[in-house]
Amino acid sequence: MYQYTDFDRQFIRARAAQHRDQLERNLAGTLADDDFRPLRLQNGWYIQRYAPMLRVAVPYGELASRQLRVLARIAREYDHPSKEVFDKAIGTQATWGTTHLPVGYGHFTTRQNVQFNWIPLTKSADVMDLLATVDMHGIQTSGNCIRNITSDELAGVAADELADPRPFAEIMRQWTTLHPEFAFLPRKFKIAITGATADRAATYWHDVGLHLQHNAAGELGFKVLVGGGMGRTPVIGVTIREFLPWNQIMNYLEAVVRVYNRWGRRDNLYKARIKILVKAEGQRYIDEVEAEYQQIITVDGAPHTITQAELDRVTASFVPPTLDLNAPTRNVTVPAERQADYARWLQQNVALHKNPALRSVTLSYKRLGQAPGDADADQLDTAADLADEFSAGELRVTHDQNLLLPWVRAVDLPALWQAASHAGLARSNVRLLTDMIACPGGDFCALANARSIPVAAAITERYQDMDELHDLGEIDLHISGCINSCGHHHSGHIGILGVDKDGKEWYQVSLGGSDGSTLSGPAVAGKVVGPSFGAHEIPGVIEAVLDTFRLNRAGRETFIDTLHRVGFEPFKLAANSARLVDLHAELHQLPKSEGYARDAQEA
Amino acid sequence: MTALTMKLLSAADASTSDAAAHTLVVANTEDPRSLALEGVARIDLHFPKFTDGRAYTQAFYLRRRSGFTGEIRATGDVLIDQLVQMERQGFSVAVLRADQNIDFAQKQFDRYRAFYQGDAVTAKPVFSRDENKEATV
Repeated sequence: MYQYTDFDRQFIRARAAQHRDQLERNLAGTLADDDFRPLRLQNGWYIQRYAPMLRVAVPYGELASRQLRVLARIAREYDHPSKEVFDKAIGTQATWGTTHLPVGYGHFTTRQNVQFNWIPLTKSADVMDLLATVDMHGIQTSGNCIRNITSDELAGVAADELADPRPFAEIMRQWTTLHPEFAFLPRKFKIAITGATADRAATYWHDVGLHLQHNAAGELGFKVLVGGGMGRTPVIGVTIREFLPWNQIMNYLEAVVRVYNRWGRRDNLYKARIKILVKAEGQRYIDEVEAEYQQIITVDGAPHTITQAELDRVTASFVPPTLDLNAPTRNVTVPAERQADYARWLQQNVALHKNPALRSVTLSYKRLGQAPGDADADQLDTAADLADEFSAGELRVTHDQNLLLPWVRAVDLPALWQAASHAGLARSNVRLLTDMIACPGGDFCALANARSIPVAAAITERYQDMDELHDLGEIDLHISGCINSCGHHHSGHIGILGVDKDGKEWYQVSLGGSDGSTLSGPAVAGKVVGPSFGAHEIPGVIEAVLDTFRLNRAGRETFIDTLHRVGFEPFKLAANSARLVDLHAELHQLPKSEGYARDAQEA
Repeated sequence: MTALTMKLLSAADASTSDAAAHTLVVANTEDPRSLALEGVARIDLHFPKFTDGRAYTQAFYLRRRSGFTGEIRATGDVLIDQLVQMERQGFSVAVLRADQNIDFAQKQFDRYRAFYQGDAVTAKPVFSRDENKEATV
């Protein structure tokens, strides 16, 4: 993975010092809350329903075990609210049925970052200093700027990869970092990059999606997509450039973002994303970007052309680790009664690798008793240990909120399975129904209309039978607590969205969405099945939809293929027939979140 | 380390030193490349809120595309925490919001040795700057 230079290290330390200065001025009363908010957001500090949240950047999802251990330490030592804060939180959440709020843990996000939910803001500067000791930070993980760049979880190891996107992701990370012109855009701006034939990075759902590929002449470059996004108005990105030479990507993105900064709407928060601009202006936007790009080349002299020397310098960080393929493995025999489990784990959690002697292995953070993507301090340390023993000390945070070990020797699989299994991280549910995406929802987020975690828990509990789960096959279930779509409900085969009706907790169900993966087909937003449901109805609705699938399924067909073949209607009918007579909805009056809605809006 | 070369004015200073002649006040919605700049000594670019970043692009256009060498003045919601990026985008004068403390400003310029990307003042990114060849390794 990328090796920080002295320059990079000094830069991160300077950023931590800048945050400390701003925090101290804020606490001293010389930097007003309203003036501090956009600054701390751009360091990942965002105040939620009851306490601050820290979003730590994990550039393109790549983590070293030494970094993960520091994240574990932050979970253990800092992710704890004061008694007053916790009492207020649990007391208020109890009014809509939440009886447990975890503390002391990290949460993996769909944008491959890691979040903490309880760190007091007064300790934020200490945490930033601690992160800087392992080359980490929260730069541009929130706010209306260019966010952390995401990538394929299998970048650099995928068997179907055309070119490794990580050196480009890193060079672009540096270009976006504290860009003076693009720090206060109309709205947030998210870039995803892939270099594989299969899209595992939901590129069509991003403000900019980049596909590394070769043209007919065999030259390396990018297909550039622009204007995708979720939220209130789901839009699929359009191709703005079929082929852009690799060394021009920053000159070109400068044009894309500059025209957005000039023309993007600033009068309405919900119309401020680039997707709205691209939809409204169409070809005129594209023409303006091309004109601006030409000016950058001819007038400015294409200053951000990536030099071969810079590409070589950065690429040198991404050479595969030297593994001794002949070193002995720990002798582990999978017991007879666990053979079926092991076979399923090999099938779901283990992926083929560029190097035929290696595999990449997903550790599942989708299990009973913890929210999707949550890991406490000990579990974070355990993952770091597994990475050290089995994966050259490297891990990836996946878009699906799990951790992935990218450098596992095939001969070590039984030993890794046993170790992961003992740590509770070997559930063979990767890409299956219970490997759901879910945002933190109304238990933490000030913007949420409804809770996500209890719904995720109810479905997880219902589908614990591994025979049934494997029989159902691969299904993307995505849950968002509000229309901001952090849980990507639009792109789920089954999407669940928390909505607010009369201050109560309701859920809209949609079907047929796709993130653009090979399994799911071209990216598209799911269709809503009808009026929203009460929380109690959701497990029954899911059950009815899956029964309809079982009824109509041809052989081992996947859920999404059956839905495409049979059509939406029978599923819609089934979902609506699962409504209950008595909703008990009065139990779930939404506690109003005072104050920090503005943080949430900018997040 | 970046140097503070910007001139900082308090709101009171600015109103007394205001020379309206040869000054253009440009709205955020205007494309400054279309302006006739002959005889113009000063251009005021406005920040309705400090989180409205349009003037950064306007300043860039004036310096890089129009070759404007006169004064570019930041007005409106101008806070010390944005001065460094203003200077990098070509602003030469900032009229600070009334409540801002000029004493805190210099510290903001002392913090970073250099920045990764090019800007209106330094065109090239750090990896292409000759003088910084060692800085990146």
